[in-house]
Amino acid sequence: MSSRSAQVKPNAPRSVKDLRLGETGTICCLQDPEMALKLLEMGCIPGTAVRLNSRAPLGCPITLVVGDDDYTLSLRVSEAATILLKD
Amino acid sequence: MARATFISDPTGAAASALTLEALRDVPPRSHRELTRIALIGNPNSGKSSLFNQLTGLNQKVGNFPGVTVDRKTGISQLTAQHRAEIIDLPGTYSLYPKSLDEKVITDLLYDQTSDQYPDFVVVTVDASNLRRNLLLFTQLADLGLPAVLALNMMDVAEQHGVQIDIMALQQELGVPIIPMNARKGVGIAALKIVMSRQLGAPTRSFYAPGEDLLPMIRQIRYYFNLHNDYLALHYAHQFRQISFLSADDKAYVAELVEKYDFQPTPRQAQETIDRYARVNEILLNTVTVVRTEKNEPYSNKLDKVLTHKVWGYLIFFGILFLMFQAVFAWASYPMELIDEGVTWINQLVQTNFDGPLVNLLTEGVLAGLGGVLIFIPQIALLFAFIAVLEETGYMARVTFMMDRIMRKFGLNGKSIVPLISGVACAVPAIMSARTIENWKDRIITIFVTPLMSCSARIPVYTVLIALVVPPTKVLGIFNLQGIALMGLYLLGFFAAIFSAWVLKLILRTQNKSYFIMEFPVYRWPRWKNVGITIVEKVKAFVFQAGKVIVAISVILWVLASYGPGNALEQAETRVRATAARQQLSAEETDIRIASEKLESSYAGVFGRTLEPAIRPLGFDWKIGIALITSFAAREVFVGTISTIYSVGQDADMRTVQQKLAAEKDDNGQPFFTPARAFSLLVFYVFAMQCMSTLAVVYRETKGWKWPLLQLLYMTGLAYASSLVVYQLFK
Repeated sequence: MSSRSAQVKPNAPRSVKDLRLGETGTICCLQDPEMALKLLEMGCIPGTAVRLNSRAPLGCPITLVVGDDDYTLSLRVSEAATILLKD
Repeated sequence: MARATFISDPTGAAASALTLEALRDVPPRSHRELTRIALIGNPNSGKSSLFNQLTGLNQKVGNFPGVTVDRKTGISQLTAQHRAEIIDLPGTYSLYPKSLDEKVITDLLYDQTSDQYPDFVVVTVDASNLRRNLLLFTQLADLGLPAVLALNMMDVAEQHGVQIDIMALQQELGVPIIPMNARKGVGIAALKIVMSRQLGAPTRSFYAPGEDLLPMIRQIRYYFNLHNDYLALHYAHQFRQISFLSADDKAYVAELVEKYDFQPTPRQAQETIDRYARVNEILLNTVTVVRTEKNEPYSNKLDKVLTHKVWGYLIFFGILFLMFQAVFAWASYPMELIDEGVTWINQLVQTNFDGPLVNLLTEGVLAGLGGVLIFIPQIALLFAFIAVLEETGYMARVTFMMDRIMRKFGLNGKSIVPLISGVACAVPAIMSARTIENWKDRIITIFVTPLMSCSARIPVYTVLIALVVPPTKVLGIFNLQGIALMGLYLLGFFAAIFSAWVLKLILRTQNKSYFIMEFPVYRWPRWKNVGITIVEKVKAFVFQAGKVIVAISVILWVLASYGPGNALEQAETRVRATAARQQLSAEETDIRIASEKLESSYAGVFGRTLEPAIRPLGFDWKIGIALITSFAAREVFVGTISTIYSVGQDADMRTVQQKLAAEKDDNGQPFFTPARAFSLLVFYVFAMQCMSTLAVVYRETKGWKWPLLQLLYMTGLAYASSLVVYQLFK
């Protein structure tokens, strides 16, 4: 019943990793508990807006602008994948 | 209103206008008592600038008691009568430590009975980013520590349109606030005045642990006799990592944590969220942001070029090339001066005094000291570059661009700088690995950096290549000797990368390698900070590594100057007798005496003893001596070989190369066959023959484990490779 053409599961939650360049999303929740503590301290609080600011030349790491503080955070794609976004 | 005062009044009179309840009107302490003040704040909040402004060159680097983390302290003259000791703590985002560096902070702040406990803390915050910066402040305030808030980077905040009602914020936070711009020195005087007063504990609290936790907190408080609920909560969170707790203490807390089913991770997460909510509330009443126009920040524009997939790497390699040039070429002039200076002092001592003590002084101590001092220009230049790259915020971009590539080999973006600098000299390169926070990444970087071919290998490379590689042209443009030289550099580089990859598989570490870090905005470097960094690194090198280098030099000198029994005297008599018969010149006689003496010395005995072990590599006892003496530094190889091979040759064979070419083996054939030369070359590519490097690794890793492992590994690698090369090609 699963079709090969369905590359994205319809209900898969989007994460910061899935943002397009310049796109803004709102943080819904943080997945990895240990990483979450670090991310929270760096200002990635659920409800905060984050914008994908740039990607490193090889696609990883990326930079995010967190909130409206013009504060830029850089993190690896694997780390960004633990930050889920609201719909 | 308060902001206007700050901008127009950089002299610090603003402090007298502070009529705040937290700043009790207590007379300044007597000057005999040295107040201990800890400086704490987020990374990039201008903490180092403030520390440098307060203490200037009055700084020293030591160890925190019981831990192997650097501790910077300095003395600050607060007022005419009052001096204070300032402790610079590592930058951190919260009181929940994530690294060894940050653990130092909690160790210091949890133990109120310690004689290291600070009288109060100065919290530096970035005024343009108050929300995140105040998180740490609220934690410190809840610990009950008397505090001053240094509201730094007011100029940046103003550019961002951030307007702060300082009086209102003081009321909300319950501590004195000094608006300042530490980079320009604005507000320093006001801060010093406040720091010279006896401060009371903060009058506000920002977070209360949940009601359900109170029974556990009370028991911890009672058991450890703590004055504060929040401190007790931290004990519950981190008792396993607190270094001053006994096993019994830890067992007691563990039992409580178990009994009350205390879940640290969700509690900590909730605390952070609650604190942010509280900070938001405070900021709502005290800070207004007026965005004039949505101008793209200049940092972003710069990043479009500096982290571009083509320009970014080109610019980076351009900067590296410049740095390499500086350390390699520009530094050679002051290095020659230092070399000449040491030689001059040496001759001065030799011509004016006589006796064995003088020899020890000139050939041991002064030679060792010269070996230390000569690196100063390279260290100073390299750290000037690195400090500027750090200060401007460019280093974060380099890390960003290189991380993906370097991670494959167990390194990280920041490892690129030490690796490249290692081509000039491993000593400053290893010191520059300090910028790598992750323990495993840093150890791997330090471990593999000496494999990069440094400038000291060049004399060995050129002499031996010229001996066995013909200067033929290849493809019309390339010189075969040049290709051989480049091959040796590449060999070192690939050995470094490969070793890093192997270490990545072997080394286990409990802390995860994060890359979550703040991307600082570009800033113009503060030259005072750059200057202080240079002085500090040079001082650290000269005093810490210098001690070890001089000690080993003295040992090597003893080994080369003394022999068993009266072997040395016999050697001299022997040479004088033959020299008289052959009617040699005084100079030639001296050279022969030197070489014969070396052969009879303990070093010579070691060379003979070593011979069976190095014979499979194609080396004889003469090379054995050179290997021993050049353990100190590779440059010594050429000098030693030159002395030893002067035996039994014509006086006009001046150059080392001629001497090597004339050397015959037992069958009368040339001794240095290509197999022998390449074996020796490969040995010098890999072998750890540099005690300066070992000394600096000892200093940087604070123990003998890593330098010894490195010595064993590199020597083993050198031996095995030489063996393979000689046996294949002989």
